[in-house]
Amino acid sequence: MFTRREALFGVAGAAVIATLPVGLNMAHAADVAGLSREKVALVAPPFVHAHQQVATGGPKVVEFQLTIKEQPVVIDGDGTTLQAMTYDGSIPGPMMVVHENDYVELTLINPDTNEMPHNIDFHAATGALGGGALTNVNPGEQAVLRFKATRAGTFVYHCAPSGMIPWHVVSGMSGTIMVLPRDGLKDHEGKPLIYDKVLYIGESDFYVPRDENGNFKKFETLGDSYDETLKVMRGLIPTHVVFNGKVGALTGDNALKAKVGEKVLIVHSQANRDTRPHLIGGHGDFVWEQGKFANAPDRDLETWFIRGGSAGAAFYMFRQPGVYAYVNHNLIEAAELGATAHIVVEGNWDDDLMTQVAAPGPIPTN
Amino acid sequence: MKLKTPSLLALTAALGLAAAVGLGGRGADPTTSVGPIATIAIAPGSFTFRPPGDYLRSNRPVDAPLRKMDVRAGFEIMKYQVSVADYARCVADGACLAAEGRASMPETMPVTGVNYRDATAYTVWLSSATGESWRLPTDAEWAFAAAERFPDEALGLLDDGTNPATRWLARYRNEAGKAAPDPEPKPQGFFGVNSKGLADVAGNVWDWTTTCYAHASLNADGSIAESTENCGVRVVGGRHRGYMSFFIRDGKSGGCAAGMAPHNLGIRLVRDKPSAIARLRSLLNRTAS
Repeated sequence: MFTRREALFGVAGAAVIATLPVGLNMAHAADVAGLSREKVALVAPPFVHAHQQVATGGPKVVEFQLTIKEQPVVIDGDGTTLQAMTYDGSIPGPMMVVHENDYVELTLINPDTNEMPHNIDFHAATGALGGGALTNVNPGEQAVLRFKATRAGTFVYHCAPSGMIPWHVVSGMSGTIMVLPRDGLKDHEGKPLIYDKVLYIGESDFYVPRDENGNFKKFETLGDSYDETLKVMRGLIPTHVVFNGKVGALTGDNALKAKVGEKVLIVHSQANRDTRPHLIGGHGDFVWEQGKFANAPDRDLETWFIRGGSAGAAFYMFRQPGVYAYVNHNLIEAAELGATAHIVVEGNWDDDLMTQVAAPGPIPTN
Repeated sequence: MKLKTPSLLALTAALGLAAAVGLGGRGADPTTSVGPIATIAIAPGSFTFRPPGDYLRSNRPVDAPLRKMDVRAGFEIMKYQVSVADYARCVADGACLAAEGRASMPETMPVTGVNYRDATAYTVWLSSATGESWRLPTDAEWAFAAAERFPDEALGLLDDGTNPATRWLARYRNEAGKAAPDPEPKPQGFFGVNSKGLADVAGNVWDWTTTCYAHASLNADGSIAESTENCGVRVVGGRHRGYMSFFIRDGKSGGCAAGMAPHNLGIRLVRDKPSAIARLRSLLNRTAS
């Protein structure tokens, strides 16, 4: 199966190369050797490593490192435990930010304390199953992949080991890479859009088996969890739909923060299942639903659609203070399964945008 | 009403003893299934607290007014919240619906996953089973018994009212800060006792009260100008006050989109001293037997 897929890919790849203009298919590693290099330390979501929005200088090689961690993770307030697989211990995996035509050079480490083989498929990359075919690492191994980020946008990356792809993905192994245009983001008229911060939301659907009493089961090992988890997965109804790995990961003390007048870029990825983000009481000023920056952004969206297996980006300037709920607007998934984040926004109230003309009180009688 | 002499207390105690040895509670079939219930006697006294609900002054949200409350008659309140085992007896008798949630909670856990109707059904059953007069507390009684663990929810904002978000943000932070670190129910007694001896007050299981949710507007002197009650929503006592529709069993689901919800909903009851009629009935029963 795998070989056949590889063979099919090989044919398709050859066809593409044949149609490329002369020069584009001639890049060699030697050309890369002359480029400057930058080593970037990744940070856990919902934060993103410091980065330039408008690139200064030419393309470079940006080095990242991801360590795969298989670990039990509590995914809700009831103590439900998922035997998770993660990149760097977080769900989603950390976001990488580069510019178009930079080279991403990733060291993928699978420590010998893990049980499973893993790899990484970058939707931003071209060739070899997104890099998956070149990064199969057993416990105790590491691999280094370099790919050229030729397309600007937000892209999912995920684990894709032969025969077990969906299980790895719904166990936590997905993340986002954002490839910015070299001259930064632009609105529909081509004017620059500069954000003050990125809010990184990774949405996950989990499928935790239940015991005969209806309670969620806890498994001793990752391998033990496989058979029953797969049965739940085949039903296609998640037991949990959460942002950043856990019900309530982005509420209460962990709520996201912003200020009136601040411009945020909300990057939302879902590696497996469709979702529909909505900011209650706000909008998407400029939205790349499909996440690809070569396309003009949609404006003034109320809800946007993120296809399973993609990441989208919404640019928004907060205009009112308050507590905003950012939800998957399948509200059952938001309120009952967990897909809710809160954004606490400080600043002055704009009476022109909204005012309470009469507070709730008894209905007047004549 | 002023509390009467110690002789009344002695009488009450004697009647309580009579009930305990099986002379009272006639006609209540399931009596044998209810063991002794640990209660704390709350002595009469007075305290200041802010009543529940949302308050407006000059059409702007303000902290609830501080009220001096006199608790003239003492009362007894369960030391522990009703346990999984306690509640299961009511379910077994067909008087309560099964609690929602995990099927195999240890018996020493406080029962959770109960709504207001479940809580009142339990009080009716327990009263019948014991021949005593059990009921849910009012919010004020709960607050008085909770003592130092009762949260003062005054935000104390120097707020001119021009920015309605100021209160939302302050309340959100306040409640987020009071969120139980671990919302999984714990065995009875886990959260320790308060100064009055009540266990697990403001742990991670909220208690239903009979008090209705209210909107009120205040006069300049703090008195209530007008008020609308909604008894479809009741106050729940806990780490922060909650307002829950009577049919909600899982506090997490009952919260609004951008607020903090109680983690679990449970039951803690008050036992009234027998009324004159109840005492008379008890005496009649005694005579008859």
